[in-house]
Amino acid sequence: MSELAPLLEVADLRVRLRTPRGPAEVVNGLSYTVGRGETVAVVGESGSGKSVSVLALLGLLPARVAAVTGAARLDGEDLLTMPPERLREVRGPGVGMVFQDPMTSLNPVLTIGRQLVEGIRAHGEVSKAEARDRAAGLLAEVGLPDPRRALDRYPHELSGGMRQRVVIAIALSNNPSLLIADEATTALDVTVQAQILDLVAGLQSEHGTGVIWITHDLGVVAGIADRVLVMYGGRCVEDGSVDDVLERPAHPYTRGLLGALPDLASSDDGELATVPGTPPAPTDLPAGCVFWPRCPVRSDPRCETEQPPLAVVGASTGGLPHRAATWCSEGSSR
Amino acid sequence: MTDLPQGPTAHARGAPDSGVPASGVPGSDVLVSARGLEVHFPVRSGSALRRTTGLLRAVDGVDLDIHRGETLGLVGESGCGKSTLGNALLRLVEPTGGTVTFDGTDVTGLGRRGLRDLRRRAGMVFQDPFASLDPRRTVRQTVSEPLEVHGLRSGRQERSARVAELLELVGLDPAVADRYPHEFSGGQRQRVGIARALAGEPDFLVCDEAIASLDVSVQAQVLNLLRRLQRQLGLTLLFISHDLSAVRHVSDRIAVMYLGRVVEVGPAAAVGSEPEMPYTQALLSAVPVPHPALERARQRIVLGGDVPSPANVPSGCRFRTRCPYVFEPCPDVDPALQPVGAPGQLAACHLHGVVGRPVQREDAVAAE
Repeated sequence: MSELAPLLEVADLRVRLRTPRGPAEVVNGLSYTVGRGETVAVVGESGSGKSVSVLALLGLLPARVAAVTGAARLDGEDLLTMPPERLREVRGPGVGMVFQDPMTSLNPVLTIGRQLVEGIRAHGEVSKAEARDRAAGLLAEVGLPDPRRALDRYPHELSGGMRQRVVIAIALSNNPSLLIADEATTALDVTVQAQILDLVAGLQSEHGTGVIWITHDLGVVAGIADRVLVMYGGRCVEDGSVDDVLERPAHPYTRGLLGALPDLASSDDGELATVPGTPPAPTDLPAGCVFWPRCPVRSDPRCETEQPPLAVVGASTGGLPHRAATWCSEGSSR
Repeated sequence: MTDLPQGPTAHARGAPDSGVPASGVPGSDVLVSARGLEVHFPVRSGSALRRTTGLLRAVDGVDLDIHRGETLGLVGESGCGKSTLGNALLRLVEPTGGTVTFDGTDVTGLGRRGLRDLRRRAGMVFQDPFASLDPRRTVRQTVSEPLEVHGLRSGRQERSARVAELLELVGLDPAVADRYPHEFSGGQRQRVGIARALAGEPDFLVCDEAIASLDVSVQAQVLNLLRRLQRQLGLTLLFISHDLSAVRHVSDRIAVMYLGRVVEVGPAAAVGSEPEMPYTQALLSAVPVPHPALERARQRIVLGGDVPSPANVPSGCRFRTRCPYVFEPCPDVDPALQPVGAPGQLAACHLHGVVGRPVQREDAVAAE
């Protein structure tokens, strides 16, 4: 799906946070691209650095505590070195962001209409009445019934699914070329999630929006992603096409994650495979491979002392290289 | 909670809707049994007078049997009443109608002493291991409290030994007993919560979204632990979750709730693979599975609209406002659970024959 020049190109992104327990290396050299109309899923458990990595892209981390290095070119322009005024101009029409909790990302004391109109007028010379018309149109587009009336409602008057549609409408209000969704459907019921995923897929095929979808739900990933990036301990440990990563996982962590999922499609009710232990603290990363302390394979003596580089593993499908940061990828089918 | 209205809505139901006789006598196969169980909350409005202007029917006529030694999975969307049902079975909320029988005893009529015995024999594991443990008490204090309250072990040393035993049972090192909750990860805290729930040597455990706040790899650890404990201790489990894959994995039988009512129940394989109630079919079709080829080929049943408010339940079949197969009897007859599909599978749906209570004028609430 990607064209020659990617929409977003992230190169060697690093985020270091100052914490009371010393510096935390939260993101350690993340590189990926998002093409126009492409959906990239970023997968990982809590603390893997997936949310921080996108907050860093948008300049949403406080400069006092976060040191961000690397490059993130949106249409060729580096978001990380851009002056704040330019970043503000770029964010609305360039990038829309949907956060996990629709209750905390909406202002409870402002009507839905005001919150939408604010975003629309911040990035264009639009009269109030025009902006309201656009806002109502957007709400209709995201499938909110009776959009005119909804403009005058407050967030608490809407259900969780409705609120998340409003947040998506705000994110889409300036037709961004890139949409970032951080666990956008995690708090929703599966039936509502299905509605939202359909909605985003529809908007994407209509406008050619590139999407970064951050989630820990591999079922959602299987349904929407073109490309998958698995994060662990602030690194990308595996990436490739959705079929390669989910059906032929190469990294022991990805395999562990998939094995730990109860499968609705199978009636096997034996023990679930588990990944023993817990993810490493970003203030205290292992010296070698980030996954070494929990790894059931450890087939190479270098694992303990050296971080394996992200390298191509086996044949790849869908025109995307399938890469994993491991020396332990033998027998890589599920 | 005791001043809930006992008005016209708390009417005693005649014969149970399912036609199954109330069971739950001692020694029988059924440990916990609900018949016509209702939990209605008053909806108040106005700031000064706080008059009761409506009723929120969180649980609205549930018939359910939980068999000894089984894991019953309870699924449904948020707001369907599944947590309230779990709480009502343990009388953590007061039912406003119907009965709950625990090992032959009607718990809706229990006094203080009876309730205390119920608290020992029926435990609860909560959703949020961060909120359900007292941050100022050590693991030892938390786990040994039920032992003191129920007088199960006399003397500090005996209690200490039992705490160590319980921690080992849930896969924690007994040496951590003197640590505080903040020193543990989410999965470890949930293990502490399980150890506390097991301290009274219960027969019955309600797990309310017990894995919802854990990471995937840790969820698997806790699911395996619950299954192992259940076999080892012969526990009866009510596993409440919105995660259908997890429920399918741990449960022997599955019950599906919609708007305060159990609308389908049966063996996990039948309900999980061959659901007969259109709502269950839609719910299952919306669960994404981690196989790209299956996901691309899948036909989702996308339901229109949102769940109606439990303060304004549609007449007759409560799913009719979103059901793709709605037909004439749906608004007029409140469907009862009836045998469908596999042995032991029951569904409340007129597609399998119009069975149920005709809607009476006074409780015909318009939904639209």
